[in-house]
Amino acid sequence: MNRRDFLKNTVKGIAGLSIPVAAIQFINPRELLAKKDDGAKVRWAFLVDTYKCVGCGLCVKACKNENEIPYDANVSRTWVERYVITKDGQRFADAPKAARDGFTTSKIDLGQGKFQDIKNEDIEKAFFVPKLCNQCENPPCVQVCPVGATYQAPDGVVLVDRTWCIGCGYCIMGCPYGVRFFHPKHHTAEKCNFCYHRISKGLKTACVQACPFGARQIGNIKDPNDPITKIIMTERVGILKEEYGTKPQVFYIGLDREVK
Amino acid sequence: MKNHVFRPLLVVIGLIAIVLIFRIFYVPKSFGVHERGYMYGWYREANIDDWKKVTVKYQGKEYCSGCHSDKVEMIDKTPHAIIQCENCHGPAIEHPSNPPKLDKDRSREQCLRCHAKLPYPSSGRAKIRGIDPDKHNAGIECVMCHNPHKPGLEGMK
Repeated sequence: MNRRDFLKNTVKGIAGLSIPVAAIQFINPRELLAKKDDGAKVRWAFLVDTYKCVGCGLCVKACKNENEIPYDANVSRTWVERYVITKDGQRFADAPKAARDGFTTSKIDLGQGKFQDIKNEDIEKAFFVPKLCNQCENPPCVQVCPVGATYQAPDGVVLVDRTWCIGCGYCIMGCPYGVRFFHPKHHTAEKCNFCYHRISKGLKTACVQACPFGARQIGNIKDPNDPITKIIMTERVGILKEEYGTKPQVFYIGLDREVK
Repeated sequence: MKNHVFRPLLVVIGLIAIVLIFRIFYVPKSFGVHERGYMYGWYREANIDDWKKVTVKYQGKEYCSGCHSDKVEMIDKTPHAIIQCENCHGPAIEHPSNPPKLDKDRSREQCLRCHAKLPYPSSGRAKIRGIDPDKHNAGIECVMCHNPHKPGLEGMK
């Protein structure tokens, strides 16, 4: 090889290497989005439409029965909050018995047996917000578990291993959303797991099925054709406590700044 | 090396060995670090299958219509078509074998979940026809006059 050929080949080689692989491949941005982070095919996400929720509490009733949470114990995997904001700027929020029996009176439960009635004409805005475990991408409850009893399954759902839990309660303290509690019978940490036994069989969660108004929906955010994914990607949705960096996977339509 | 140093050292090494051997038998095989690393993925993998084995209790309207198609067809013509049968009739589980009879919720409270009037604009509640529970025949079960499968006024008993 003479000097001329060597320089020619070098230039060709460098030019060839500098073409990124992306330039010769057709890439679907949706597929790219789905492949981002990891190769998992399923990532369960939840969508709540607060405009549709009427506060009937049928979701809470179904959840408690489906997941064997003692019906009269004042704990629940999911609950519905009522927010009433008055014209003089006061914010009232309640969820009596986790809204298991719905909201049947305009009286706000202030706790300790006190109730406050708010006149219709004083209401500036009022609405219901269903809450459940956010199945965070970065779950703080999992980080703090000292024994590996709570963990994130490959499809993103955070589960509790009842045989492994020692009942220290760190996860209950660690959750910024307050979704965890001790199961009154098993005495281990308990939380919503998107009805794992149902979604893994292709069924909807008990709360999604029980909701007559379609306020709750569940879908696979890794599937670009999933109707829920389409809504989350294209519409204006909010998440709770974004500033904590937990990356919650429960999305809300019509989230108000008053919702905590 | 002197004996009084060597002996306790052997005891300590022995204890560590016992703990490690005990661990081999006690910790399940599937326990360990999985996909998401030590921070989020340190768990017993067999537990995922434990959760999948939980019994499904709410079977859905399709399941009910397998036998009670007449009732489902009737309610499907009304605004109550959006309500799952099991919301009032209780979870089917493996009905009719288990349980043979479902525990029906015919209470006034069940109806009031939606039909107690609450003037909350920007929530769906304001759009539902409702009553004031204190004024509208207080204390009487709604099903005495209204038929939940035919909720319109023409379905009144």
